[in-house]
Formats: sequence, C-alpha cells, structure tokens
Amino acid sequence: MRINLSKRNIKDPFVVKVEELSGQNLLACYQCGKCSAGCPAVSEMDILPNQIIRYAQLGLKNELLQSKSIWICASCFTCNARCPKGINIAEIIEAIRQILLRKREDHVNLNKLSDAEKGDVPPIAIISNLRKFTS
Amino acid sequence: MKISYYPGCTLKNNAKNFEDSTLCSLKKLGIEVEELPRWNCCGTVFSLATDDLIHHVAPIRNLIRTKESNSEKIMTLCAMCFNTLKRANERVKADPESLEKINDFMYLEKINYEGDVKVLHLLEILRDEVKFENIAKKVVKPLKNLKVANYYGCLLVRPKEIGLDDVENPTILENLTTVLGADPADFPFKTECCASYQTVDKPEIVAERAFQILTSAQSQGADVVAVSCPLCAFNLDHRQKETVKKYPEFKNIPILYFSQILAIALSCPEESLRFDLHFVDPKPILKEKGLI
Ligand code: SF4
Ligand code: SF4
Repeated sequence: MRINLSKRNIKDPFVVKVEELSGQNLLACYQCGKCSAGCPAVSEMDILPNQIIRYAQLGLKNELLQSKSIWICASCFTCNARCPKGINIAEIIEAIRQILLRKREDHVNLNKLSDAEKGDVPPIAIISNLRKFTS
Repeated sequence: MKISYYPGCTLKNNAKNFEDSTLCSLKKLGIEVEELPRWNCCGTVFSLATDDLIHHVAPIRNLIRTKESNSEKIMTLCAMCFNTLKRANERVKADPESLEKINDFMYLEKINYEGDVKVLHLLEILRDEVKFENIAKKVVKPLKNLKVANYYGCLLVRPKEIGLDDVENPTILENLTTVLGADPADFPFKTECCASYQTVDKPEIVAERAFQILTSAQSQGADVVAVSCPLCAFNLDHRQKETVKKYPEFKNIPILYFSQILAIALSCPEESLRFDLHFVDPKPILKEKGLI
C-alpha cells in the first residue's frame, strides 16, 4: 500500500476532531504495539489498534474512515488498560466511528436484519449495538 | 440490611434466571432488597465521546431515583449496567460543569443530582458487606466436585478506575465459588472479551470467541462457566449453537450466572434458577454432582 505523507494531512481538521472527541493526545503514542498485542479482535481487523493511532497521527483520514477495524472493536478496554502511555485507544476508535455516525453513515440498519437475527438476541445486545453502530 | 436495587432491562426477561436466583440468595442471606421505583434503561454502554453528555442523562436519572428513595447506594447485577452507571457517576463527579448541564437538562426532576450516590455491584455487596466468611456459614449444599471456570469479561474490571477487582487478574469470583465449596478452574481467558454487541450483526465473531474462551475453560477441567453479564451469558451460552456448526468436535458446556451457583449452595428452590432460559442445559451435570 502506498501512503502519502503530507503536512496538510497531519494538520487536517480530522486529526483535531479525533483528538477532541476522544480527549486523547495522539502524539503521546510511541508505537510500542502493546495495545495490538492484547487486543482480542486483531484477527478480524484490517488496521491494528497501534496502526490506527499511527494513521491518525499522520492524518490518514480516508484509510481510517474506510477501515473495517473501527466496526470490529468491541470497546473491551483491554488496550486502554495496558497502554504504557495511558492512552485511551478505545476512545480514539470511538471518535472515528462518531465522525461517520454524525454524518448519518450508520453501520447497522435494524430494518435489514432478519427477524431471526433480531428475535434471538436479548435487549442488551440490540441496545448496545445500536448505540455503537447507528447515529 | 436493606438495599436499593437497579435491575436494568435484560434482568426482566432473558436474564430472569440472574434476577430470581439473586433475589432468592439475598433473602437467604438476610438482605432486604427494594427495587428502585421508576427506573429506566441505562443505555447499556458508557458514552466515550467527550462532548456527548446527552447519553449520561439516562444513567444519572437512575441515581436521582436512588436519592428519591432515600438511599445513598444502588446495587446493580448486570455488568453493563454496573459499568455504565458507575462511569457516568464518576464522570459527573469529576466534572461539575457537565453535571450542571445534565441537571439543567432534567429541570423537571424535583432534585438536583450532586454526585453523592454510590454505585455497587452485587459481588461487592457480598464481599464487603455480607462478607464471604458469613456466606460460608449459610451454605447448605456445598458444591463439592463442581469445577467452575469463572469468567469476568470486560466491564466488571475495566477500566481500572471503576473495576471491582484487579484489572488483569481478578479473583473475586474464585473466592466466592471457593467459599461455596466449589473448585475454581483457573483459565487464561477469564477477562477476554466475548465480542459483546457484535453478536447482533456479526454473530460469527462471537461464535469464534466463544469457542476460544470455552475450550480454554474445558482444558482446565471446568464443568460449568460462571458469568456476571447477560450479554456474556447470551454470547457464551446461546451462541454455542453457531460454535458447534463451525467446530463439530466442540462439546457444549453449561453457562451459569454466579448467582445461580450461589442459589444452589444456599438451597434455593429450582424455580428460582430458571434453567428453561438456557441454551445448554445445566441440569445433567448438576444432577450428576448431586446438586439438584
Ligand atoms: S499501547 Fe499505547 S503507546 Fe503503545 S502503540 Fe498502543 S497506543 Fe501507542
Ligand atoms: S477496545 Fe477495541 S481495540 Fe481495544 S483491545 Fe478491545 S477490541 Fe481491541
């Protein structure tokens, strides 16, 4: 994959927004990889948690907004608990999801789920899923 | 001792086994439980975005209800409710400006919330108030030979600031099951996420995670897995249907709420265990061990 690095990207309002919504300082991350090492979801992810932070530092907005990983993260907070720099990675991933959801780009459409899919699961699953994946 | 209780939505339907077994156990332990009047859904997940105050209104409103019932603390059962209520509480306590906005938003409420309610999980009440040594004295049916893998999942222990035990190696459930006479099985997946809400639109991920977590418990000789969250319970129990499809050699293992295990030891009637709500029937193994 080719990655274009530019000052313009790094200063993109997207980066500011991610920092604002997550309350995190992206540049605090020194890429040790501990977050990805403990993440139970990495086998399903296209961009690993430490890479998400790196991409965000570099302002690689489109790659992040199109990544599968932001919808795979289950907010289990293992990464947050282990980051030696005290960075809340789950909050950064939430911020990226929020940027899309606030444009009404929902990830889940309840109407498209089959009755079996909806009927089987308890309310706690439906409510949390919709809270995370719809606007 | 009397305690205010916040059930949350799922305890009233899919997780009725969690609620009934808890209420029976607490009665046997001499604790009076009062369900919060007019409680509402907590929203299930704590809102992570810094500017999103509106989603803290639901949990905080329940804390107002707690105050209205003249109580300073509220007991939760569901790990997700516990996490959401406690984090929202800590959030507003640390940020008076947000608290003021949330109070303004709820201007129709008769009282202002001041951050003065304590959110507790049932396990904390059992450990710190009833105390495990007193529970030991009330055990009627020791769970001899029952090997229990205690599964914490995420939200009882993370984030560290609100967790009820060590963030990486919690032992509260092991300590409780030991007091009940059971044999806890240590397994490395006890705080590994079950994939949570992914169960709605990506059930295959959950089925895979259930396979990893449960086979790890089985490799340590577990007869059953104990849980404390209705979403973990659904994912680890009901999703075994999908797990078996993917891994035909997988052998089903029953999932129980820790409160059901407690209720068995305290000799609660079988109606309070509500085994009809389980996918994998726990009765055969419990009968084999002479526990029901
Ligand atoms: S654990 Fe923290 S410092 Fe290390 S790569 Fe992840 S976010 Fe960066
Ligand atoms: S919160 Fe998300 S990124 Fe972090 S460990 Fe859990 S699943 Fe992985």
